[in-house]
Parts: sequence; structure tokens; C-alpha cells
Amino acid sequence: MSSYVIRGARLLGADPTDIAFDGGVITAVGDGATGDVEVDGTGLVALPGLVDLHTHVREPGREDAETVLTGSRAAARGGFTCVHAMANTEPVADTAGVVEQVWRLGREGGYCDVQPVGAVTVGLQGAQLAELGAMADSAAGVRVFSDDGKCVSDAVVMRRALEYVKAFDGVIAQHAQEPRLTEGAQMNEGPLSGELGLTGWPAVAEEAIIARDVLLAEHVGSRLHVCHLSTRGSVEIVRWAKSRGIDVTAEVTPHHLLLSDDLVRGNDPIYKVNPPLRSNDDVEAVREGLADGTIDIVATDHAPHPMEDKECEWSAAAFGMLGLETALSVVQQTMVDTGRLTWAQVADKMSTKPASIGRVENQGRPLAVGEPANIVLVDPSAKRTIDPRDTASLSRNNPYSGLTLPGEVVATFLRGRPTVRDRALVEGSNA
Amino acid sequence: MITNLLSAGDLDRTDAIRILDTAEELLGVASRPIKKLPTLRGRTVVNLFFEDSTRTRISFEAAAKRLSADVINFSAKGSSVSKGESLKDTALTLQAMGADAVIIRHHSSGAPHRLAQAKWTKGAVINAGDGTHEHPTQALLDAFTMRRHLGAVGGDLAGKNVTIVGDVLHSRVVRSNVLLLHTLGAHVTIVAPPTLLPVGIDHWPVETSYDLDASLEKADAVMMLRVQAERMNASYFPSAREYSRRYGLDTARLSRLPDHAIVMHPGPMNRGMEITADVADHVRSVIVEQVTNGVAVRMAVLYLLLGGAAGESAEEEDSTDKDRV
Repeated sequence: MSSYVIRGARLLGADPTDIAFDGGVITAVGDGATGDVEVDGTGLVALPGLVDLHTHVREPGREDAETVLTGSRAAARGGFTCVHAMANTEPVADTAGVVEQVWRLGREGGYCDVQPVGAVTVGLQGAQLAELGAMADSAAGVRVFSDDGKCVSDAVVMRRALEYVKAFDGVIAQHAQEPRLTEGAQMNEGPLSGELGLTGWPAVAEEAIIARDVLLAEHVGSRLHVCHLSTRGSVEIVRWAKSRGIDVTAEVTPHHLLLSDDLVRGNDPIYKVNPPLRSNDDVEAVREGLADGTIDIVATDHAPHPMEDKECEWSAAAFGMLGLETALSVVQQTMVDTGRLTWAQVADKMSTKPASIGRVENQGRPLAVGEPANIVLVDPSAKRTIDPRDTASLSRNNPYSGLTLPGEVVATFLRGRPTVRDRALVEGSNA
Repeated sequence: MITNLLSAGDLDRTDAIRILDTAEELLGVASRPIKKLPTLRGRTVVNLFFEDSTRTRISFEAAAKRLSADVINFSAKGSSVSKGESLKDTALTLQAMGADAVIIRHHSSGAPHRLAQAKWTKGAVINAGDGTHEHPTQALLDAFTMRRHLGAVGGDLAGKNVTIVGDVLHSRVVRSNVLLLHTLGAHVTIVAPPTLLPVGIDHWPVETSYDLDASLEKADAVMMLRVQAERMNASYFPSAREYSRRYGLDTARLSRLPDHAIVMHPGPMNRGMEITADVADHVRSVIVEQVTNGVAVRMAVLYLLLGGAAGESAEEEDSTDKDRV
């Protein structure tokens, strides 16, 4: 493996400097560092490789929508060096065998670390705990457990799960959706759902579960993570819980930072997602929450779907949108270019914190000597008009189609090896 | 004139009155011994029904046939749709067969809009009821019926008070009626139990009330909506009897209406639930007439969407082709 030196990149957005790495480890930071391969970092921002706590790679089961390999390649293009693969595959990732398979496929692909998430309950059925300990002890070393796509709605099952994972420092990542309040739900419940005659998904269905779960976490002294928080009320509940010292973390998706429910008016299911796009007031609230630290991280909820599941009438369409290749641009547009977050804070919310929540030891580390060379170089002055066909994903359900977004990933290094160079994927990365 | 009829909100006052006035002229055709005009000869109209609705389908079918159009009935049952064919493929098939208009009834709200906006068919798309969203031709036939009984033929419904009662949450009829009645200047009062009102109804151009008795005395027309008994099982209200007591129209309530007021219902009725048999069959009930008027209004919609501007542009295309040859 070659040694590299990045010249003149702005480390976490600060003044330009040089970063050298060799054998997967950062060897020097500062002017005059040397390496075999020179990378021009002029005008670029250097961040630690991004870590996604919420990715759907669809393998095993729906390899027509995405595979571990194609999802990893999309992740690399988005600046990620680690993704957490959600458990709602077919079969469900509720055994050591399935999580090890996903983990191994990630290693074979070599585009990013794929850290499987284990299901909380057998078959995501919400009734019986899956063998959480076996998944934790497997080669995949699972620490994040989630029934994402479904809510662990039974309070007793949720309590037991929160308690049980303490034995191996795990965390329950809850998809907060009260099932009875959201039967047949199609979009955010508000004036527009009433007008369009689409069954509403009320904010209270998310907030009621989050309120219950933070109280449960407090009661049993466990760690809770809230997936894709989307409403003002949810932000306020998490803010209150943190003020009480409850060990809760929360994520927001890029699409909930940028898009709102008025997009549903056109009836194009490209905007159908769960939780649904919310009101403009909710969008403002999640931006505030991310800026003030109530919301800890940005996670993509990258959810690939084949064309036929979106090219249909609204109620027949699948929930979900792509996110890996656009996440950093959306965060730049909504949070950095608006002055609400510095690049150093972006590094914290898209790399350091998600790695810490997932207990991934060699990701989300500082860009300092002796640390792993997981680095992404971003050109913040670039402008991209989003074309759904320009993707490494197998799917095209991109809600940003036609929008011009700022920022572009120029290079991604995974343990010193480039997975993206000159704004393009490096083919045969594992070779 | 618009090219599709997806929502009653697509119609401005001029378009709406033009449709109603045209329907007024076409109503006469139904009373002739030969109920047929040659206007749409050679045009193909498809009734694309993904949901059972014999009443609406035969109304559109009668309307198209009286204008001499060829009518193809495509029902989801017994077709490839039941084998999993998508809306897109069905639409492309109809397009390939040369449909000039697609009249679509679908259980999914927004499906007609999707069909029109995704451009899967080039024909005019007419919404014949989509999920719990809209049913614009029902609103047109209701307005048509109100105009005739409230002395407003040739004009709008400015100053008229219309009270609509029932399951607003799940009603496509009410959404279209509110939009059209607002365009025509009527004052709409909606009466329902709070559980059957959608979130955000305060954004609608209507007054709302939970009290039917208080809403009767000034009404020029009362429209009772169908309430499905299964709503009871989903806790929208405690029992059918309690619903009838609080929100049903019986003769006692009928007697409190002004003398000129009419009683309407889009059908099918649940006699004994939202309306008693006495009221349904009362001289002031115009429910059967609504059905008759439905054919005339649908004739007017087809005539204006297919017979007007669209027909002229088709002729222009023909002449261009001849020039090329």
C-alpha cells in the first residue's frame, strides 16, 4: 500500500495543512508532511470518514434494490467509511449467522466497514427477544439493535431489551411509531392529509413512543437511541430527557432536514417515506435540535427501492428514499452554509458521535498521528445538480432529483486506501 | 377549458358555470325518444374502475353513449389488474388502444392525478372518485341540482347555505363539494361528530359544527353523507343508534328546515342510519333526481373535455399529416 500526503486541506474546516498516512495510519499532521502519493487538497475540507448509523443495504433478500457491495460503493461516494446495516432484511438479521454474513460481505467489498444492526425481536415481530447476546458475541460484534421499519411497541419487550443489552454495552435504536395510531398511514397528519384524503401519520404517534422510551431508559438505567426523529415535539422530549440526565441519543435524517410535506401535493411517491416528511415548522425544529446538540447525529436512513415500487399510485408505493450519496451535501446546505454548524461540528455529528453510539472503535477517530487514516475530502464550493441516474446504488428513488446541492466528495480513504479519488469511485478497491 | 378533471378545485367559476349550463342544455336529450347526439362519434372513452361502483360507472357509460362515443368498460375484477398488473401498465395498454378519455375510479387517493401527471396516458383523465380524496362530477351534479331547485339556473350559488352532514373524514364527495361550492359562492356548514372531521378542517372554507339541530334553520340544502357501519367498530362513534340520534335526518328535523330547502344524498343510502326512509322518500328529497342529473353533468364534462378544444387540435394534427404526405 502506498503512503499518501494530502497537501493544503482545511482540517475540519480550519487553516490549510498537510496530512500524511502510511499503512492505514496517520503518520504526520502539519506543514511539511511527506508521502509517496501527493493529493492536492487546495480548497478542500478534510473530515474523518463519515459513519452512518442507519443504512438499508437490502441484502440478503432484496438484491434487486441494493446489495452490501452496491450500498458500500454508494456510501464511499458519499464520504462514508462505515455504515450500519439495518436488520429488516429477508431473512431478518436476528441471528448470529445473518449478521456475520452481512459483515463478511462488507469486508469482501472493501468500500466501507459494514457494521450489522441486529433485530431486537425475532422476525421483527415485537414479541420475543432475538438472541442479542449471540449477535453481540459473533464476529460482527453487534452493539446496535433495532427493529427499524417497525416499532418495539410492547412496553415490556422494550423494557427487557433495554435492560438486557447492558450486559454487552449495547443500545436499542427505536423506530418510534405507535402502531395503532398509524394504521394505514400515508403522510404527515395535518391540513394537507385532510385535503388530499390520505390517512395521516400524526406526530403524536412518534412523540408518545419517545416519551415512553426515555422514561423506560431512565427507570432501568439503560442507553436508548431514537431513530429518525422528525417532529418538534420529539425534539422537545429529547431535550427534556437530556436535561434530566437520561442516557438518550437521537438522529435526524437529511431528508427531514431539507424536505417538507407540501411535496406530497404532487402525488409522486418519491416523497413517500417513514416517518413522513413533516411540516416546515418541524423542519425548523430539527435543524434547531441538531444545532443545539439535542439531536446528536445525522443518519441517512438510505432506503433503496426498485423502480416499480415507486412508479405507482401513492398508497401502493414503498416508504423510503436514498440518502448516502447526498447526505453531506444536504447537511452543508441546511446547516453549514446557514452558519448553524461548523465543519468540526459536522465531523462530530456525522463521524465521531455515530461511531461512539455504535461502539465502533476504529471509526470516527480524530485526524491525528497514530489514528486510523479514515479521511474524506470535500469540495464545499462545488455545486451538483442531482441526477438519480448518477449513482452507485442499484436504486433510483432519489428525492433530490433536479435540485442543485452544494459540496462534493473528492476523495474517501478507508484505512489509508482510496475508495474514491478525483470525485469517482476507485474500482476494485479491495485489490 | 381544462384538459383533465381531477379535482373540483381545478374549475374556476367560469368553467364550472359553463359545465352546468351545458348540462342544462343536454338534460333535454334524456327526455327525447332518441336519447343520442353524434358529438363524440368515433371517440373512445374508457371506464377504468379499480373499485366497484355500478352507479357511477353506468352513469358515465350512459353519458358517453348518449354522445355516441365508443365505451370500453375496464373493471379491476376479472382483468389483469387482479393478477398484479400495475396502474402504469394498465394505462399504457389503454393508451396503446387509443383511449381519448380515461374515466378512473380508484381506491387510492391521488391515483387519477398520478395517472395524469406521470403522462402514462395521453387521453383526458376524469376522476370518478379516488379513495377518500375527491369525486368532482358528484359535486357538479350536486351543484346542478341545487341550481335548479334554488332558483339559480344560469348563475352561481352565491349566498346559498348548504349543510353537509356525516363522515367528512372518509368522504370524497364532501371534499369536492366544498371546493366547488366555495367557487360558486355558497356558504357551507359541515356537521359531524369530532371523530369524523379531518385534522386541519379549520383550513377549509367552511363553518363546522357538532350540532345538527342548530344548523338546520337557515339551510337551503342539506346533504347527508353515507356513514359506513364499520366505522363504529373503529371507535369513531359508539353505536349506529347513537349516530342516528345525533346526526341522522328524520322527519322531526326535516320539519325544522325552511320550506324551500331540499334534502340530498350522494347514495348509496343507509336508510335508518344517516337518513330515515320517510325523509329519503319525502317530496323534498331530490335524491333520485340527483342520479338523473348525474348523466347530464357527465355528458357536459365529456362534451367539453373531448368535443371542444381537444377535438379541434386533433383535426389540426390530421391536416399537418396530410401536408407531409
